[in-house]
Amino acid sequence: MNPLLECRKIRKAFAGVRVLKDVDLQLASGQVLGLVGENGAGKSTMMNILGGVLPADDGAMLLSGTPYAPRNPAQAAAAGVRIVHQELNLFPNLSVAENLFLDRIPRAPWGIRRTTLSNQSREILRQVNLDRDPWTPVAQLSTGERQLVEIAKALGAGAKLIVFDEPTTSLTQPEAARLFAIIDNLRGRGLGVIYISHQLDDVLRLANDVLVLRDGVRQACGPAQAFTIPLLIQQMIGRELDHVFPERRAAIGEEIVLQLRNVSRRGVVDDVSLEVRSGEILGIAGMMGAGRSELARLAFGLDPLDAGTVQLGGDMLAVPTPARTVKKGVALITEDRRDDGLLLNASVDDNMLLASWRDHACAGWLRRRAAKRAAAAMADSLKIGGALDRPVVQLSGGNQQKAIFARWLLRKPRCLILDEPTRGVDVGAKDEIYRLIRRLTDAGTAILLISSEIEELLGLADRVAVMRAGRMVGEFARAEFDRERVLACALGQEALA
Amino acid sequence: MTRFLVNHSPALLLVAVLIGFSIGSPRFLTPQNAVNLLTQGASATILAAGMTWVLVTSGVDLSAGSLMFLVAAACGKMLQSDVEPLMAAVAAAAIGPLCGVAHGMLIAYAGASPFIVTLASLFLLRGAGLWFSRTRAMNLPEAFSRWGAEKLLGVPLPVWVAGVVVLVLYWLQTHTAFGRQCYAVGYDPAAARKAGVHVRAALMKTYALSGACAAIAALTALTQLGAVSPTFGKDREFDAIAAAVLGGASLFGGRGNVFPGAVIGAMTVASVFNGLNVMNANPYVYPLITAAVVFLAMLFDGLRRRQLVQSARTMRWNVEGAR
Repeated sequence: MNPLLECRKIRKAFAGVRVLKDVDLQLASGQVLGLVGENGAGKSTMMNILGGVLPADDGAMLLSGTPYAPRNPAQAAAAGVRIVHQELNLFPNLSVAENLFLDRIPRAPWGIRRTTLSNQSREILRQVNLDRDPWTPVAQLSTGERQLVEIAKALGAGAKLIVFDEPTTSLTQPEAARLFAIIDNLRGRGLGVIYISHQLDDVLRLANDVLVLRDGVRQACGPAQAFTIPLLIQQMIGRELDHVFPERRAAIGEEIVLQLRNVSRRGVVDDVSLEVRSGEILGIAGMMGAGRSELARLAFGLDPLDAGTVQLGGDMLAVPTPARTVKKGVALITEDRRDDGLLLNASVDDNMLLASWRDHACAGWLRRRAAKRAAAAMADSLKIGGALDRPVVQLSGGNQQKAIFARWLLRKPRCLILDEPTRGVDVGAKDEIYRLIRRLTDAGTAILLISSEIEELLGLADRVAVMRAGRMVGEFARAEFDRERVLACALGQEALA
Repeated sequence: MTRFLVNHSPALLLVAVLIGFSIGSPRFLTPQNAVNLLTQGASATILAAGMTWVLVTSGVDLSAGSLMFLVAAACGKMLQSDVEPLMAAVAAAAIGPLCGVAHGMLIAYAGASPFIVTLASLFLLRGAGLWFSRTRAMNLPEAFSRWGAEKLLGVPLPVWVAGVVVLVLYWLQTHTAFGRQCYAVGYDPAAARKAGVHVRAALMKTYALSGACAAIAALTALTQLGAVSPTFGKDREFDAIAAAVLGGASLFGGRGNVFPGAVIGAMTVASVFNGLNVMNANPYVYPLITAAVVFLAMLFDGLRRRQLVQSARTMRWNVEGAR
C-alpha cells in the first residue's frame, strides 16, 4: 500500500547543532501517528519541516507518492498539509465564516455572496460538530471552539494530513473529549493525522502508531498497543551525557537570597513557594507550558502578582518591579535573547555595560574609558572574541548569550534567574556557560535555573523542583536525583516512578 | 457592566454630550440647530469615515487636512479662471485618490511607515497648495458656494453627500471581500498574507479611499465656506482621528467601522463644537475641550484594547523551537 506521507532520513541542524538525525517517518491514510519526546527532542522541528516553516537540510519527503518539499506554509497548505498550532492562527476581530474563507470569499457584483458563504461555512462547521452561527465573531468563542474552527479551516481547504501540536494544553476536559471524537472521525474519513503531545495516555488512546524521538533520533516506533506509559518514558529519556559539569568549590551559604511565598498569577502560576540560598542552584523542571518561564517573570517583577509575596535578601517587596528587583541585585537572563535581552544593533560592549553604567559614573559624570576597560576585561575572561565595537547581532548564539552573562556579571548579582540559558548554543559554548554558572555560585550568587534539559538540571542544581500546570508538584534533593522520576513527575505520572 | 459601557461607549458618549448641551442651552435642542449640526458635521463625517478605514488597516493618514487644502486651492484656482463649477469640482476631486494611491504605493510596496509617509505629505501638500494659491485667500463665485445652501427634499446638499459617502463605504466595508480582508490586514499583516490575502492591494485601495474622502470632504466644506483661506483644512486630520477613535476604531488596527462608528464619533465631535458655539463659550476654552475629547478617545481605545488582548491571550503565534 502506498503511504500518505513518507519521510526518509530527514536531517536538520541549527548553527551546527544537529536537532534531527536521519529521521524516518511513515503514515498511511486513515491513521493517527502519535509523536512523543522530551522538550528539545526535535518534535517541533519535524513539524515545522512538514508545515513548510523550515526547510530540511537533507532527506526526502513523499506525499501520496509524489515528492513534497514545501518552501512556505502556503505551499504546504496547497499540497494538503495543515498544522493546528497550540497557539491558534485566527483573527478574533472577524467572524467564523470570514476566518474560514478569508482568502476565497465568494464574490458577486453586489459584494459578498453572504448566503453561499453562510451555507458553505455551516457545512464545514458541521463536519467538526461546531454548532455556532457562522457570523459569530471569533473573539466570542472559547479556546476549544477556536480550535474547532482551525480544524474546520483545514478541512475546508481540502487537507489530507493534519498535524496537531499539543492540542489539549488549553482545553477543558469535555472540549478535549470532543476533539478526540473529531480526530477519530477524521481518521474514519481517510485523512492522516499526526498527534504531538506530552499527554502520553491521550497519545496511546488515539494513535495507531507511536514514534518516539530522542535527541533528534528515531528512538522507537511501533503500534500503540505495543507501548505502555512507563515504556514510553523509558524510551524518551536516557540521552547520553556529553558534558562534564564543573564541581562546586564553595559551600552553600546560610542566607536565603530569594524567597517566594504562595505566588500566584491567574491562569499561569498557582500557589508556588520556593527559596534559594546564596551560592545555591535551584533547578526548575517541567514540560513546555508548565508555567516555569512565567514564574521567572513573576520573581523578577515583569508581571504583576495576583497573590503571594517576593522576598529578596530578607526585604519584602510589596509590588516587585524590574527596577526594584534589579536594585536588590536580581538579574534575569531569558531564553529569548533577541526579544528580551540584547539591543541587536548596539555594540557588544554597550550591550555588556547596559546595566552597570551607574557603577562607572563619578558624581554623575560617566567615565567611559574605565567602563569600556571593564567590559574588555570581562569579554576577555569570558572568551568573547573579536572587536567589541561591532554590533552584537554579528555574534554567534553562544557569544550573544555570553554577552548577556557579561552584562550581569559586571553588576555582580546576588541572585540570577536563568531561563533556558543554553538553548540554541553549540556544545562548546554550553560548557563555558556551565563553568560561568559555577563561577557565580562559588562567588555566592543564588541561582534559579530553568531548563528543559534534565541532564543540565541534574548536573548543576543542588535541588530540583518540578512544575506542572502552574503548580509545584515535586522536589528532589541532590541525593535523590533520578532522570526517570523527574520526567515522570513533570508528566504527571508520579505513581509510575 | 463595564463591558457593556466599554462596548457601547461611542453611542453613550454622544447621548451624554447631546443631553449635556440641551441642559446647558435652550437653543441647542431645536430643529434649526439640528439641521445646522448635521450640515456642519458633514465634511467631518466624510473625513472620519475615510480615517476609520485607514485605522482599521493599522495605518494612519496624517495628510488628510493638507490634502483638503490642496484640493480646495486647485478648485478655487480653476473657478477663478472661469472653469465650469462642476468641472472644477470633479477635476479637483481627482487629486484626492491620486495622492492616496501615491501614499499607498510608498506604504504597500516600498514598505514605508504610514506615519512617516503621511507626515511628509502633511507638509508637502500644504506647501504645494500655498505655492499654488500664492498664500492668498480666494473668494469663490456664487455659482459654486450656492450648492452649500441647496436643499433636496428639505435636506441640505452637504448632508446628502455625507450620507452617500457613508453608505458606499459601509457597503464596501461590510459587504465586500476587500472590506473584510482589511480587518485581517490590520490585526496581523503577516498572518493575513499567510492566509492568502493580498495585503498590498488592500493597503493601496485603503489609502486611495482615504484620499478620495479627503477630496470630497474638502469640496463639501468649500461650498459652505465660500472661500479658500491658507488655513483651510488645518488640523482636520486630528479631529478625524479623534472622531474615528471615539467611534470605536483602534489605533492598533483591526477594529472600528464606518457605520455607525465613524458617524457617531464625528457627530460627537461636531456636537461639542456646535454646543460650545451655541453657548457662546469663551474661545480659549475650545482647545481645552478638544484636548479633553482626544484624551477620552484614547482612554476608550486603551480600555477596548485591554479587552481584546484578554480575549486574544491564547491566540499568540509562537512556534516553539523554531529558532
